[in-house]
Amino acid sequence: MKYIMQFMIILIISFVGELLYYLVPLPIPASIYGIVILFLLLEFKVIKLEQVKDTASFLIEIMPLMFVPAAVGLMDSYDILSRNLLSYILIIVVSTIAVMAASGLITQLLIRKRGESGE
Amino acid sequence: MNEFIAQSAYFGVSLSLLAFFIGTLIKKRFKSAIFNPLLITIIIVIAVLMCFKIDYDSYYNGAKYLSYLLTPATVSLAVPLYQQWQLLKSNALAIMLGIISGMITSLVCVLAFAIILGLDHKDYVTLLPKSITTAIGMGVSEELGGYVAITVAAIVITGILGNVIAETVLKVFKINEPIAKGIAIGSASHAMGTAKAMEIGEIEGAMSSLSIVVSGLLTVVGATVFSYIY
Repeated sequence: MKYIMQFMIILIISFVGELLYYLVPLPIPASIYGIVILFLLLEFKVIKLEQVKDTASFLIEIMPLMFVPAAVGLMDSYDILSRNLLSYILIIVVSTIAVMAASGLITQLLIRKRGESGE
Repeated sequence: MNEFIAQSAYFGVSLSLLAFFIGTLIKKRFKSAIFNPLLITIIIVIAVLMCFKIDYDSYYNGAKYLSYLLTPATVSLAVPLYQQWQLLKSNALAIMLGIISGMITSLVCVLAFAIILGLDHKDYVTLLPKSITTAIGMGVSEELGGYVAITVAAIVITGILGNVIAETVLKVFKINEPIAKGIAIGSASHAMGTAKAMEIGEIEGAMSSLSIVVSGLLTVVGATVFSYIY
């Protein structure tokens, strides 16, 4: 029963997310609405952590698997990518490293600065 | 035989799971970041499909049930987010500025390369949303008049890359605060990177989850503004 209940809550929230995506004319997907809804329900104690925790942990644990189908789909994308393949790859590699470094370093710098002044 | 596989509901899922299992074993054996389970899985599945001349649609016929779980799994990211909320609130400014600088870096990088490499406007707007989660990125690309299929491919490649290089990049740039690590991974490589952040630790996972949401939403606005520049 426990897992049925937990799955039910998470799937109903996903459904409400879908509904919002359908109703609101913005490019915001069901999953993003869903995260916000579940977070608010937890924060305002409408749902207790124990009522979703096990199923949520399970889904998060197997999440990498869920990206496999889309990633394997790249095998069919070669034709559309081939026109500018090198440019695309160059931009993706450089900008991914740059974004990771910039956001990480700035967050770290600000946290440490605050740590020093707060003590 | 191919006809059978094209109809099978379990072939795609079984192959994906088996490949992932092998990927995890290889990772355990070698412990190097290059042996990324997700990357190994993708390579094994593509190799098997090509060797046996099975087309992607036949594979996807079963494998789509894995994608089906992606929305509920993403919704579940609210749980670690909730658990780390206090930590998040007390570092709110650093976190927000970190995510914003990541978003701007992404857009500026694409702009700079578009100018240097002489890409046309359509290619430029196609790549603007490449660091954010697929569903938002597709919407942005469509809105701005990009090639949606290429945006999706770019987002997926970015995600795999982020997942594979995250640990190395963080080490090279000496980013070792758990909060900063999570923000870096989520900002650069959305949910596929977040899967890696979850493996690294709970705080990293929660911060990376937050980055998907905030960075995704901010990029809707940011990419639109940037689409007028070039």
